[in-house]
Amino acid sequence: MNLLTTLFPLGWQHYLLGGLLIGLGTALLFLFTGRIGGMSTVFSSSWSYLVRRPFFQQPRFVDSRGWRLVYAAGLIVGALVWWLGFAGGAAQGTQVPAWQLAVGGFFVGYGARLGNGCTSGHGICGLGSLQLPSLGAVLTFMATAFLTANLAARWLA
Amino acid sequence: MSTQNTFKSALATLAAGALFGFGLSYATMVRPEVVLSFLRFEDWGLMLVMGGAVLVTLLAYKVLPRFINRPLLGGYFHTHPSNWNRDTAVGAALFGVGWGLCGVCPGPAIAGLGTGNWDLLWALGGIALGALVQGLRARG
Repeated sequence: MNLLTTLFPLGWQHYLLGGLLIGLGTALLFLFTGRIGGMSTVFSSSWSYLVRRPFFQQPRFVDSRGWRLVYAAGLIVGALVWWLGFAGGAAQGTQVPAWQLAVGGFFVGYGARLGNGCTSGHGICGLGSLQLPSLGAVLTFMATAFLTANLAARWLA
Repeated sequence: MSTQNTFKSALATLAAGALFGFGLSYATMVRPEVVLSFLRFEDWGLMLVMGGAVLVTLLAYKVLPRFINRPLLGGYFHTHPSNWNRDTAVGAALFGVGWGLCGVCPGPAIAGLGTGNWDLLWALGGIALGALVQGLRARG
């Protein structure tokens, strides 16, 4: 039990159950529609509504932009159910400074789209389809994320 | 796809997204502090979240196409072909730098809005801008 509390000081059940539910979501999407539900593509496909450049007008964005927005809306609905039903609707916030969220977010968006996947695209769907390149991507972003988070804790805190 | 199936498909997509978003929130992945504590080796919960999600997804992707020829609402079973090349490596490395800085990845940036965490709009805006710049710089 000591190891459990060392590795998971806040408990472990909610992590595992949450993860299984996330997997159930991607499984449900696949079962009904055959689609692979990574999350970062919606950030490129949605720009296709506004930006005429050929890059954004590729069929893979234009043809999927509708369902990707619906999927993203579902994400918000599910989170809302949790917030109102399980967290009592208490105001949520974060101690991470706004500039760090914005600058970090920029690299997250740029990197995920350049590398064609994020924690859900490469991490969950890529590993879930046993894609070796996705494993490479996951190991790469885990390594740079560990490094950045630890350096940031030392220098920015 | 018929109009009726388009509607059903949208409903299924919404429900799938809702399960995903509920799971992310339940697992507290919508809180940047929890993600950052994993990246600082203080709490290994994220491994359980990812492990649980990969396990179910793997089962679905491998098993379902063996038992049914096509998805329940028609169409075909897609695949996620990824290549290992310079873009994948550089993109993943940059993604990690950003993730390590803010503790927010694309799923939680969207889902977090459902938890009334408006601070996450900074991250959401950053991600949208990053995706725009990536597309503007890309060839083709």
